Formats: sequence, C-alpha cells, structure tokens
Amino acid sequence: MTAIWIVSLKTSLDSDYVDQPVAERSSRYAVAAAWTDMRSGLLLSQLWLTLGWNDILQRYRRSILGPFWLTASTAVMVIALGVLYAQLFKMPVNDLLPYLCVGLLIWNLLSSFLTEGGILFTGSESYIKQIKLPYSVYIYRSAWSKLIIFAHNFVIYLGVMIYFEIWPGFVALLAIPGFALVMFNGALANLSIGIISARYRDVPPLINSVVQIIFFVTPIFWKPELLKSKSFIADLNPIFHLIEIVRTPLLGGLPSVNNYLAVALITLVNLAVTGALFARFRSRISFWV
Amino acid sequence: MTDLSKTDLPKTDLPKTDLPTSAGDTELTLSNVSVSFPIYHGGSRSLKKSLLFRGSGGHMATDANHRIVVEALRGISLQLRAGDRVALIGSNGAGKTTLLRVMAGIHEPVTGSVRCRGRISPIFDIGLGIDSEISGYDNIRLRGMILGLTSEEIKERIPDIVEFTGLGDYLDVPVRTYSSGMMTRLTFAVATCFAPEILLMDEWIMAGDASFLTKAQHRVESFVEKANILVLASHSIETCRKFCNQGVWMEQGQIKAAGPIDAVIGAYWAANAVA
Repeated sequence: MTAIWIVSLKTSLDSDYVDQPVAERSSRYAVAAAWTDMRSGLLLSQLWLTLGWNDILQRYRRSILGPFWLTASTAVMVIALGVLYAQLFKMPVNDLLPYLCVGLLIWNLLSSFLTEGGILFTGSESYIKQIKLPYSVYIYRSAWSKLIIFAHNFVIYLGVMIYFEIWPGFVALLAIPGFALVMFNGALANLSIGIISARYRDVPPLINSVVQIIFFVTPIFWKPELLKSKSFIADLNPIFHLIEIVRTPLLGGLPSVNNYLAVALITLVNLAVTGALFARFRSRISFWV
Repeated sequence: MTDLSKTDLPKTDLPKTDLPTSAGDTELTLSNVSVSFPIYHGGSRSLKKSLLFRGSGGHMATDANHRIVVEALRGISLQLRAGDRVALIGSNGAGKTTLLRVMAGIHEPVTGSVRCRGRISPIFDIGLGIDSEISGYDNIRLRGMILGLTSEEIKERIPDIVEFTGLGDYLDVPVRTYSSGMMTRLTFAVATCFAPEILLMDEWIMAGDASFLTKAQHRVESFVEKANILVLASHSIETCRKFCNQGVWMEQGQIKAAGPIDAVIGAYWAANAVA
C-alpha cells in the first residue's frame, strides 16, 4: 500500500502539473513553485542519492584507493602545511596541525560548493533538456556527493586527534549543528552560483580565482590572533565564522556568541538572496543551460 | 521583425481547476502557449541575426533591451485527449522540439498555460542517463528512477528488459565494456520498458543491427500502443501516417493546420510543392 501511495504522490508532483496563466503568475506563484520544486525533489531521494554516489565512483572507478585518494591527498597537505607553518609561525605542531586539519576539511567542503556551483545546472544539461525533474534534484545530488567526500576526509581528523592525544570532550557535539549550518549555507551558495553561472558563463572562472584568494585571507592555516589590531579581516569574513562554529567545538572549545550571531545573519541573507534568485529564475534555467 | 515590447501577447484566463476526476482521463491541454527566449551567445549580433533569420523557421524579434529573441512558439492552443495520436510535422526550426519540451514540462511557457494529467514521459534521447561506469543492471535501475518509478516497479520490469536485451551475464559488467550493438540493445530495452500514459517522441526510435531491427520495431510499436496519448515529431511522413490519427503542421512557431492526419499531410504537401 505504501508503494502505491508514494507513486500517486510522485505522480501528482511530477506528472500532473498546471501552469498558471501568465496573469496569475505573480511572485507568490513563483515562490510557491520554487518551494514545490524543493519538496518534490526530496521525494526523489533515491535518484539523487544514486546520482551523487555515481559521481564519486566515476572519478575513482578502478583505482585501488578509490575515494580515499581524496583522503590521502588532503592528509599529505595537512601534514606538510601543518609542519611547515608551525615552523614559520613558531608555534607548537600539536597546536597548529589539528587546527589546520579541521579548518582545511571544512574549507575543502565550502570551497567545493563555491567552485562546483558553476556546473550545477550546466553540467546536467542533458538531463535538464530531456526530462522534467525538479531542479532541486541537482542541488541535493551535489550536496550529497560533497558530503560523501567530507566523510572520507573526516578520517584524517580522527587520526590527528589520536596521534596528538587530544580529547575535545562533549563540546564537540556542538559541531553537529554547526556542520548542518555549513552544509545548508554551502548548498544555498551552490544554488545561487549555479543559477548565475547558467546565465553568465564568465562566472565560474571568476569564482575560481576569488576562492583562491579567500583561502589565503581566511584563518585556516594561520590563527586570527595573528591579526592583532586588524582583526576585522577575519570578523568581516563570512567563511571564517562558518568554519569557526565547526572547528572550535571539534578542538574542544566553545565558539563565541559573535560567531553564532554572524552565522545566523549569513544564513538569513543567503536564504533570502538564493530564494529570490531561484523563485525568479527557476523557469528560465532550462533555456539557459 | 516585430518589436516584442510593443507586441500585445494574448493573455488567457482559464479556470484554474477543471482537472478530470477519473484517473483514466488522460489529457494534455495547451492554451495560447507562447515561448520566446533571448539568444545570449556573444559575437556579431547583426551577422548572427541575418544568418539565423535565414537558417531557422523560428520567428526572430528584438525585445525591450534590444536582445535578439527567438519566438519559438506563438499562441499555440491544443487539446489532446486519450486516444489522440498526434504527428507534429513541419520544417526544421518550426518549433516542434520546443513544443514537445513545453508539453513535457521542461520549458515553462512565457505566456499561456499547460495542463497535463497522466504520467508523462518524453523519449527525446534514448541514451539519457546512461552511465558508462556502472553495470547494465544499475543503468536499468537508474533509468527507472529518472522516470520516477519506485524500486518495486523497477524490479517487476527487470526480467522483461533482461530478456529483451539478450545480454545475459553482460548486464553485470560496466556498460563501457559493451560493443555499440550491445549498447543499443540496452538503451533501447530500457527506453521502451516503462510505458507512460502520455508519450512524447522526437523522431521515431530506430535501433540496431538487422537481426535486432524487427524485434525492436515490434517493441516500439507495442510500447507506443500502450500510451493513451502519443505526440510524435517526425520528418518521415510514412511513420506519421502509420502511427498517428491526428496531424499538427507547425510553421514559424505557430500551428498552420491541425486535424485528421491525411488532411494535414495533404495540405503540407500542397504548400511545399508550390514552394
């Protein structure tokens, strides 16, 4: 019985549709359509879970390490940068390396949302032009495959914690809601960039170069204390706050109230901007890709 | 060349809900549908304007921002009911594919409305969703998921697909190892196993080597017969005549003629003979 119910529900969302006459296609209609898109995409979880997983397999099929290649290369980077910068900044390795490790893991996740946003829709052109699927399917697929990669990389964190014998305590659990907020904001940014890149093909290369700069100006391999009186460089950086609410708990600390307030503000702005973009331009995506 | 900003596109005021109550009442209704899209690609606009204007049957215009706009569909109204098998005929660029995409819900119309009841499935590219790194079985499942089927529904149909492809144990290995003939068998079997209520086809599906051909043709025919509504865009008048009872002749994004298939084909031929 459940199966039948799911089918009929899907049919009502996917197949039976009534496009409103243009006179009624108000902004309220656009928002409702965007919301329906998001919800009906969730029902197709089987599809995007498979597609997201296939994306990972496709890259590493037939290699022995498979997706753990990502883990290996990130681990090498963590160790190399950790040891080098501990020397440059004259900091103990057991302090800087775990800090850099967590920061880098979250940065890798966030930056992949930004840099791969460009191909969110253009990369699925064959699907978009051949069949009506909720656009959110592509968003969930992208977020899911990034989550898988993060999970593979997360092993490095565990290794580092064991090696340096660090026990963060139960405060580490605070990283879970923090991580959820990072994923949410990442997926929203992914969507915004995806829409803009479908229309303006110059955006993806632009994002790539900007992301590189952000990496250096964000406290990832250096600590914000080094800024001294110029602390605004970190405080005005949204990426910094997003990283902080996951990194600090994972290292046994408590993120500041400012971090949380900043993330709340970032999330609201992100949601408003992305929501408006998606509602306004969703129906144009199929013409743009 | 018309200026879109001054053009008064007709607007429709349809009652919002007059969906049929019975599930068997498949319908596809287009009311005054217009679709236009700006061309964004860079390059010389005037050159492109002239080239495109000559090359395509689509109507070109400039909008308020002086962008070039292709008016792919203009004021299309169609009412399809169960039993209708419609052939779309017309020259290249007449708007047949765009119309099919609007019917499939891929493109939302700029003005007008589309109402659709019934599981709809476009067959525009039979290779859609084929992932060369995963096995034949996984590809069958993936295709089923793309069409919105549950895993139970997919499971039910797998034996039929397996039997039709005749690929046996090869279905367990990644499809990149397949020969092109094997690939055709797989994509073909997968594409034709999930029968929709409304079937949209851009060109008739052709498949494979000689031994496979008859088998394949039988399969497409029975597949098409299962659909309540068929819309087929084809350049082959023979195919259209064989499978359709209605004809729609498209020209420059508009319906030039619609009605019984023979009458429409007759009119189309008459017009083209003169030209």
